[in-house]
Amino acid sequence: MKLTLVTGLTGLLLLGTIVELLRRRQLREKYGMLWLAVLIIVIPLSLFPRLLDNVAELLGVASGVSLVLFLGIVFLLLVCVHLSWEVSALEEETRTLAEDFALLRAEIDADRAARDELVSTDG
Amino acid sequence: MVNGKRTLIIIPALNESGSIADVVGEVRGELPGVDVLVVDDGSTDRTAAVAAAAGALVAKLPYNLGVGGAMRLGYRYARDHDYEVAIQIDADGQHDPRYVPKLVDLLEDNDLVIGARFAGEGDYNVRGPRRWAMVMLSAVLSRVARTKLTDTTSGFRAANRRVIEMFAGWYPAEYLGDTVETLVHTARRGYRIRQVPVAMRKRMAGTPSHSPAKAMVYLGRAFAVLTLALIRR
Repeated sequence: MKLTLVTGLTGLLLLGTIVELLRRRQLREKYGMLWLAVLIIVIPLSLFPRLLDNVAELLGVASGVSLVLFLGIVFLLLVCVHLSWEVSALEEETRTLAEDFALLRAEIDADRAARDELVSTDG
Repeated sequence: MVNGKRTLIIIPALNESGSIADVVGEVRGELPGVDVLVVDDGSTDRTAAVAAAAGALVAKLPYNLGVGGAMRLGYRYARDHDYEVAIQIDADGQHDPRYVPKLVDLLEDNDLVIGARFAGEGDYNVRGPRRWAMVMLSAVLSRVARTKLTDTTSGFRAANRRVIEMFAGWYPAEYLGDTVETLVHTARRGYRIRQVPVAMRKRMAGTPSHSPAKAMVYLGRAFAVLTLALIRR
């Protein structure tokens, strides 16, 4: 009973945190929705840990809790890979921006030099 | 102009204020009429200012992107300003600009020409894991490109308009991507690659590393980069 209380409260606390972050617009919706979906699955499980026992038996896993642990680790790994992917995309975007910026600055410098030369030959 | 072609010399530079003025000066002296673009890859010293004072065009990146990032910027500049030939030269002075016309000559029948050490001219020696890495890279890349390549990591290259166009849109920023991966990519798309022997000089500034541990790491990374390049589309 005690354990159910601990896990259940932890789940609710996480849910509260995500909702609050979304409410303050600190999380992009696509990530917020992902975590909300996860919590909607996790909270019932934290209250009734034996819910998955049947599925576990079907898959040859000794207990539903082990199955949840396994799935949790797989899920977290996938999330990490996804984040690396997002960071790679972001780096490519910032790289292109940096190049654009350098090209524009070179253009402005060239223009300015050309204008200065014009002024000095006029004077 | 080199051999009647509008030519841009691209020099990627990171904290090379010690040698960049001499390199730019020498290129402009040996090759009158070419434009020199120094791409300052986020240097913290006065590389950009020194290069501009020496008469180069300068594009200064806001932060360090690596050689690949600097080179794509260079090729984009070449494409946008309609150059017929783009030549990459190192900022440390080890490439002799007197070989440039030779590289450009070979662009008549090729799309990408590489100035290669260990191909007969000059004296240049490496041993240990670094040597193995070079042997492995040149063996595999020679097969892929169907031409003899002995110095695949050379930063002395000449590209024609077709390759400039391709590199302006695609140029990897990762480690060794600027040399190894671009070669695989270019060869696979049917462009003709050729190498020409050049003598390399001692660097004007800076020192190459000689630690065996670093050499082993280099071998591993070269292998990884090569494998990835080969399994990529």
